[in-house]
Amino acid sequence: MDIPTPVRSASRSMAAGLARAAGRVSAIGPIGPLFALGLAMAFFAVKSHQFLQGQNLSLVLQQVMEVAVLAIGQTIVILTAGIDLSCGAVMAFGTIVMTKLATSSGVPAIPAILLGIGVCAGFGVLNGALVTKIRLPAFIVTLGTLNIAFALVHIYSREETIANPPSAMTYFGRTFAVGGTNITYGVILMLALFALVWFVLTQTAWGSHVYSVGNNQEATRLAGIRTDRLLISVYAIAGVIYGIAGLLLVARTEVGDPNAGQTDNLDSITAVVLGGTSLFGGRGTVVGTLIGALIVGVFRNGLQLIGVASIYQILITGILVILAVSIDQLTHRGRQ
Amino acid sequence: MNGAEPVFAARGLVKRFGHVTALDGADFELYPGEILAVIGDNGAGKSTLIKALSGALQPDEGEIRLDGEPVHFRSPLDARRAGIETVYQDLAVAPALDIASNLFLGREVRRGGLQGRALRMLDKRHMRREAGRYLSELKIGIQSLRQPVENLSGGQRQGVAVARAAAWGRRLVIMDEPTAALGVKETGQVLELIKRVRERGLPVILISHDMPHVFELADRIHIMRLGRRVAVVTPQSHTMSEAVAIMTGATTLEVA
Repeated sequence: MDIPTPVRSASRSMAAGLARAAGRVSAIGPIGPLFALGLAMAFFAVKSHQFLQGQNLSLVLQQVMEVAVLAIGQTIVILTAGIDLSCGAVMAFGTIVMTKLATSSGVPAIPAILLGIGVCAGFGVLNGALVTKIRLPAFIVTLGTLNIAFALVHIYSREETIANPPSAMTYFGRTFAVGGTNITYGVILMLALFALVWFVLTQTAWGSHVYSVGNNQEATRLAGIRTDRLLISVYAIAGVIYGIAGLLLVARTEVGDPNAGQTDNLDSITAVVLGGTSLFGGRGTVVGTLIGALIVGVFRNGLQLIGVASIYQILITGILVILAVSIDQLTHRGRQ
Repeated sequence: MNGAEPVFAARGLVKRFGHVTALDGADFELYPGEILAVIGDNGAGKSTLIKALSGALQPDEGEIRLDGEPVHFRSPLDARRAGIETVYQDLAVAPALDIASNLFLGREVRRGGLQGRALRMLDKRHMRREAGRYLSELKIGIQSLRQPVENLSGGQRQGVAVARAAAWGRRLVIMDEPTAALGVKETGQVLELIKRVRERGLPVILISHDMPHVFELADRIHIMRLGRRVAVVTPQSHTMSEAVAIMTGATTLEVA
């Protein structure tokens, strides 16, 4: 191949420019997912006049609430190059613990909520300890704790739905009106959690250590960071977030349901991946995860509005996930 | 170098792994402001020696002194706290983080006042400014400190790792095969950097397989064989082939 030098150097500088541009985009955030969300919303707005109404958009937010909150915890775990299959079952166990303690053991509402969240945090510590101290893959560890939490849910609840939780537990299910649109306090809590975790990930040392450990665990350890402690804290904080998701679930449904959350682990991973966070770890944003959760919610709601059978929603979600991970894999390979 | 006290020294280091004796009474000295190359065949105890000196493993016998004081490093973190930084061959950086974050990894600077104390916010502007200063001191040309390290060439990435070590190493820097993963041109850039680290007055321990580089850079050459230091030569006193002969045991030389 005899390419004249100017052409070769021009193509090389163009490639360098593209790489720089890609770097800049990833610094701004999830442009691709935002574009996909905008496209989906435009499509459904044209197809259904109801779609863009305040009440409907508020409904979308409520429908995605628990999965979106679970996905916050899932995001920080995936940023460390881990994965958490136990999140839905751990959340369900948290809801059963808090509702059952309050309704049949006479524990006051606030301590019962804290104990429920604490149990979820305990599962997080267990996941983190097994991943770091025994050096097991997160996939296997959380597959195990998924089953343990699932079994405990059914043993402790005796397969019964726990009704009439105290009113403090359903506080986040209440609504307030903004210009005729009812918004639940739960949605506000969800958005506040996204903002809080965004802040911690982007503005604190702990946040940059989370990215760095997912990027290159050995380099992070050699830089003097106690990576084991860091990873345990990541799984524990994810557990606390799953507990809060559980509280939101109780608030919305007003029961402790032993069958809740069974597909939420995969749904939360879907939201994270659609939001542009890499399953290889070290890259991604929690803002992307919110967008990813909204993409799933918008498709589910929009397809329902235009009368498409719900099985097609699952079909489309599957296609979107494969698209998102393919983009991740291709850009990852480009970096090697 | 006679007359000066060693910055970093070891006497009679022994390290056994089961039946294998990796270090068999090894001695070591590093003097102020020098580049000391450590060479040796595979299995000569070179990397065990370096691990013992950098705290990555603990010797069974012998003592290590830093500025004349005995030290016992239980982990690389201990050595780091004592002012000893290590650069590894495998580009030990976090590729998706930017240059400043990598330079300050594990030593982040928080903002002053409430933002730092209550919100634990990082002072990114300060870290970026300092990172720029370190890099320009070592004449590492980089367009933007905001770009992720993965957008840099291998030589520039290793430059970031060297700059980090030079910035934080108060006493000395250990470079463990720092050019092994690099191409020819990038290797040249990193070798220049190592000289600049010496010019700034920081002594360097350089582990390398590459004899021409060793002879170009080193003030003294520490030769390991069968778990001991068998000789210390200089590029002036011995030729490359003589050094290789000592290393392989073809020639023996009395240790001074």
